[in-house]
This record gives sequence, C-alpha cells and structure tokens, in this order.
Amino acid sequence: MITVDNLRKNYFSDKSGKFAGIGKENGLSFEVNDGEVFGVIGPDGAGKTTLFRILASLLLPDSGSATMNGIDVVKNYKQIRRIIGYMPGRFSLYQDLSVEENLRFFATVFNTTIEENYDLIKDIYQQIEPFKTRRAGALSGGMKQKLALSCALIHKPDVLILDEPTTGVDPVSRKEFWDMLKRLKEQGIIILVSTAYMDEASRCDRIALMRDGQFIATDTPQGIIDAYAETLWAVQTENMSTSLNDLRSCSEVLSCFAFGDKHHITVEHGFTKEELSGFLKEKGYRNVKIEAISPSVEDCFMALTKD
Amino acid sequence: MSNNDVIKVSGLTKKFGHFTAVDHISFDVKEGEIFGFLGANGAGKTTAIQMLCGISKPTAGKGTVAGYDILRENEKIKRNIGYMSQKFSLYEDLRVWENIRLFGGIYGLNDKQIADKTEELLTRLKFEDQRNAMVRSLPLGWKQKLAFSVAIFHTPKIVFLDEPTGGVDPAMRRQFWEMIYEAADQGITVFVTTHYMDEAEYCNRVSIMVDGRIDALDSPSALKQQYDAVNMDQVFRKLARKSTRAE
Repeated sequence: MITVDNLRKNYFSDKSGKFAGIGKENGLSFEVNDGEVFGVIGPDGAGKTTLFRILASLLLPDSGSATMNGIDVVKNYKQIRRIIGYMPGRFSLYQDLSVEENLRFFATVFNTTIEENYDLIKDIYQQIEPFKTRRAGALSGGMKQKLALSCALIHKPDVLILDEPTTGVDPVSRKEFWDMLKRLKEQGIIILVSTAYMDEASRCDRIALMRDGQFIATDTPQGIIDAYAETLWAVQTENMSTSLNDLRSCSEVLSCFAFGDKHHITVEHGFTKEELSGFLKEKGYRNVKIEAISPSVEDCFMALTKD
Repeated sequence: MSNNDVIKVSGLTKKFGHFTAVDHISFDVKEGEIFGFLGANGAGKTTAIQMLCGISKPTAGKGTVAGYDILRENEKIKRNIGYMSQKFSLYEDLRVWENIRLFGGIYGLNDKQIADKTEELLTRLKFEDQRNAMVRSLPLGWKQKLAFSVAIFHTPKIVFLDEPTGGVDPAMRRQFWEMIYEAADQGITVFVTTHYMDEAEYCNRVSIMVDGRIDALDSPSALKQQYDAVNMDQVFRKLARKSTRAE
C-alpha cells in the first residue's frame, strides 16, 4: 500500500526558469491500495514527474511524507529502492550495452538473476529476446520501452512506478502496453502510472487528474464521470468548422470544443435540443444532429480546469 | 500536373542498406488541404517527411513539394515550407521576439516585414505582454502556439507539423487545431502527424502508413465507411494490425 500525506515540493526549475513544484496550495495526499493500478493524468508541466521522483526516493520533498508498504521514502530510501521498479520518462538504460547486458546488469545490482525472475518478465521480454545482442541505443522506441519495463521488473518489485510510459507511442502499441500492465497487476504488483493521454484513464482502477501541481479530482474513472455536473451534448452539422464558432455565439452554450467528428457542448440548465436545433437552422444549417451524451474523462478534465 | 497540388510524389522510396523504410509511396496533397499523415511507430513517417522537406535524398521515386523538384531543388523546398515538431520548435533561451526575429531572418524576410509581422503575430496571439519573456518560461501550450505561428511566419505554401500536440492539455490541443484551420483557410497547406485519433477526424484527408507503404488514403468519413468503423481509432487499429515489420 502507498500512503502519501500532505506532500509539497517547490523548486526553481532550470528548464522553465521559474518556480515549479507540487502541492503549493494544498499538499498532496492520497492512498494506493494493494493490487491497484493508480493513474496520474495531466498535461506536461502538471507535476507528475516531480511527484514520481519523490516517491522513487530520487527527490526530497519540502514537507509531508510518503510510505510504501510502511517504508518511508525519505528515512528508509535504501529499502524503498529494493521494493520499487522505476521507469523514468526518458530512456535511461545503458545505450552501449546490449539488450541482454542491460537486463543482466539490473538483475545483478539487485542481487538476483534473469533466470530467477524470468516468469515475471517472460511475456514482455520474449518480444525483444530475438534482438538480445543488439545495443540498447539502436532499438526502436517500442522495443526500448519493453526493455526498460523488463529492467524495472527484474527484481520483482512490490511497486512499479512508470512515468509517462506511452508518450509518443502510437494507439496500437499503447493498447498493447496497457494489456501488459493488466497482466502485471494480476500478479499483485501495485502500479503507479502517469500519462497525458486522457483515454488511458479507463485502464486504471483509480485516477487522479492533475494540473499545476495539484490533484483536481481523485476517484475511479466512473466516479469522475458520475460527478460531472454539466449538461453535455454532441452536435454534428454539415460544416463542422463554421459551426464551432456559430455554436459559441449562442448565449445558452457555455462551452464548445471539437471531439473527433462531433462537437461537445455544455449548455445552460433548461435549454432544450429543440431550441438549439432552431438556433442552428436559423444560421443556415440543414443537417443537424444533437444528442445527450455521457462525458469522457477528457470532458471531465476540461470542465474541472475551465477558467 | 494540376497547379494546385502542393505535394505530388510517386514511387517515393528510401532504403537503408537492406531495410526499406519507405516503400514506393505515391500521393498528392492539394492547396489549403489539412492532410493527416498517420502510422504506427516505425512505419516510416519520419523518413518520408524528411524526404518531403528536402533533408533526405530518396533512393527512388520522384515528386514536387511547393512546386520544386525534391531531387534537384531541395534548397528551394526548404525556403518555401514551414516545419514544427514537438521535439524542436523554438530556441528556449531566446526571448519571444528574438525567436521571431531569428526565424524571420532565416526565411529571408527583411527588417520592415519582420517588424510589421511581429506586431501582428503578438496581437493575434494576445502575446503582447510576453514579448520579452524567455521561451522556456512559457507553458507548453503557449510555446506550441507560438512555434506554429513562427513556422508559418513567412507564409509558406505548406507547413509540416510532426506530432505538434503531444502532451498538451485538452483545451490547448483544441485551440491549436483552431489555429490550423485558420492557416488552412488562408491557403496554407497543412501536413500533420499525430497519435491522437480524434485529431485525425479534423483532417480533410488522412493517409495511414503500414510497413513503409501507404495502405489507406481518403477522407475520415470515407475511411470509416470502407473499414466499417465508428471512429478513426478503429480504422487505425484494423490497418496497423496488418503490420509484419518487427520494429
């Protein structure tokens, strides 16, 4: 189990040239239960990496505390490092070592062998085993990701911390990656994973939506969706590009954004589809489809972050 | 050849040793079109874009980009296109105005043109107060909007956008696409790659690369019909599954 209590970290970021961090207004507090996949979802700059680095004992918090299976990430960092597997956002294996050498190296560092824990990584490692003599630096993106995951797992960690493992990965490979995580979860590993892709929320047991160093909602994906309070409609017309602005010009329309081949709009309470349909007909649209829909996690994120 | 084809290529191929990264692709892109260039990681998109931008010589095939021959006039191509990717867009340690000044100069605009267009750009983006800000201090979404404006600062015939919205927050991502629409309305052709399948729906036409080939090319609605899919995500999955390329 992971327990995070009132965690704060404020630091000067060389990258952005200003203060950044997490928990500035309210310290971050949350729990992750055994066997759970917990997703931290938010755009670049939300603070996901800072949080994960603290939990991986690589960064000291200013205040607050975090424990994993009862072990404090600051006081007992050496023990923490034995029970976690950490996959940073940037590929951090040894580029000059081969696939197999990297894996053997990480196994040795943790006083184990590839053979001892082969079962755990078999599914993933078998896909890159044909290339085991290739230098890690010469692997494609998808293969690097599989090797990094194998290396993070080779010492059979209790907790897996994955920082944006699917960024820049195509939709098919992303789905495969989440299928792999599902099988690891079934082995009882706690998985803490961050992503900027809102559609991956449904693959998590619980999620935290994060922006500007704060959690703005924490719940099951369904719980987040159930808490959505707006009236949400999907609208289609024969000209999607002009109807975006026309919809925004309607005074009862509160927000309007493109969602694939439809526009998602939120409207004033009491406004009816017939009224909107009439408004669009007056603007010259002939082919209008309006339906009430239930929100996606992306709709929820946008509703929670609107200024 | 029709005059309003901004890209016209046939049989375009790139081999690295025995590996054929791009395998005889042929397609046209029309003026003012938003053209989505999709494919799985390793399908050959980046190599194809490098050939179209004149920075990589094709092994075989021919074509024109912005009216110039990709084999013989690649320097002219570079001057008549815009380019932006998530990885490279602006110089982080230069100020906003310095980046605009630099790229304006590189694209051959004179001081007067740069000065006038800089004001217009800053006003349009409501960036007047950020003129002297270091680019690295801007939030990612702002950076991407500025980078896009700089990439089309010299009103190129075509702009190449390589995963421009990766990691950008949902509202910003949509504002970015509204800028793409505006550019297309002004006649700038937009050639864009993305891993967000909802964004594929915003393109006039979409091509999907599988193992170096273009396996599908049509409007999103036609592709959905052809592959009996409810959205582009399903179309993509059906096609990408055919891949036999071991990355």
